Amino acid sequence: MSTAVQEVVQEKKSEPLFSKKNKKLLSNPLDIDNPITVQVLGICSALAITSQVKPAIVMSLGLTFVTAFSNLFISMLRNTIPSRIRIIVQLAIVSVWVIMVDQLLKAYVYDMAKLMSVYVGLIITNCIVMGRLEAFAMGNKPWPSFLDGIGNGLGYGVILISMAFVRELFGGGTLFKGLPFEWQVFKSMGIAYQGNGLLLLPAGACILLGIIIWIQRSINGYRESH
Amino acid sequence: MRQSNNYIILYAAVLTVACALTLAFASISLKDKQEANIAREKKMNILSTVITLEENANVEAIYAKRIKAYVIDFNGNIKDGVEAEKINIAEEYKKKAEERSLPVFEVRSESNPEQVEFTVLPVYGFGLWNNIWGFVALKSDFSTVQGVKFQHAGETPGLGARIESGEIQDRYKGKTIFESGALAPIVMKKGEGMDYSNQPHEVDGMSGATLTAKGVNNMLQDYLKCYEKYLTKNQTTALNQ
Repeated sequence: MSTAVQEVVQEKKSEPLFSKKNKKLLSNPLDIDNPITVQVLGICSALAITSQVKPAIVMSLGLTFVTAFSNLFISMLRNTIPSRIRIIVQLAIVSVWVIMVDQLLKAYVYDMAKLMSVYVGLIITNCIVMGRLEAFAMGNKPWPSFLDGIGNGLGYGVILISMAFVRELFGGGTLFKGLPFEWQVFKSMGIAYQGNGLLLLPAGACILLGIIIWIQRSINGYRESH
Repeated sequence: MRQSNNYIILYAAVLTVACALTLAFASISLKDKQEANIAREKKMNILSTVITLEENANVEAIYAKRIKAYVIDFNGNIKDGVEAEKINIAEEYKKKAEERSLPVFEVRSESNPEQVEFTVLPVYGFGLWNNIWGFVALKSDFSTVQGVKFQHAGETPGLGARIESGEIQDRYKGKTIFESGALAPIVMKKGEGMDYSNQPHEVDGMSGATLTAKGVNNMLQDYLKCYEKYLTKNQTTALNQ
């Protein structure tokens, strides 16, 4: 372990903050290592919170924040965590950040907090967070872990927001409802549009997610290994 | 060393204390803001039963200008020294009907602050899974519903949770809660899509959420019952004027 600590010190001098390797940590989760479509983690909230774009954005930011800082802290503590209680330690750290996000939402964007109440709490059990802690932060230095957290949060956000985009557009006929640049898409074009109720239900979201996974995998050629 | 029991216990203890302190600090420093949000939301709910609020309306100012609130007891007499805004309806709900402190929110006319335009009463009850609550606004005859606002803690999304939507709440508009001098609260019927426009005490139901509707019916029945004496008293005065 002492060599690992030394490596950190040396690499900090030699490796630039956004080296090629570190950039990969940010960009991989957006496509070939996407937490939702490739690793199939965090499906629950992807179905539940995507009926409008605004909550999807807030949820993505919340998750990115939690994953990044949990990764950072666990990575800083990784050499002190007793392996027998590591999951509990991870969970405690994640919970602290999630409750923090929840409290901040309640204080500063109360409407959002009400809309997402349960799902913010459920970030604690979101597989993406725990998955990244176990798979990455426990074995890597703080800065790459932090980037990995941000990358995975963004990867999650990209899918969440694109799903919300389709669902809000065809389900409700609006875009960015609740934001300053709210747009009544069909009304402004003079088309009478009856929203597709299926898309607003979780079942519709599940079908849509399947289609997104299909499209993405046929573009990047990802196959699950058997 | 990292595997020894003492180390593990010590590690867990330190971690717990550190986490607890962080959260306690966050909770205390954000508490004022959160409580202000909750109070604002309550005022917004009261106002929205009678007025359509703009997105960024100054709720505090409108509330201060239009609402006069006081607390009454079961017999309709005003209780002194109690602030209506401070009453916790969830706590009152647990008491016997006769012992509850009952807040009344009078909406004054915009031009003449002496004239009571609407009376907003809180209601509280139990839906299918968890508590439901809301406000009922009555016109100056103390019987016709101007608007209602329902909220819930855990009704099924898409089914019972629809009581929160304007579509359901609009069905209560114009209905009456009195029939020849006796309380006759509005009943939400089973089944959806029927026309109840000629029935003063019935509204169309929610398909798939009959049990939540029952909860709403009981809530209106029980809580308006507490206000019955107050309302009848005011109806007589309104008639004599």
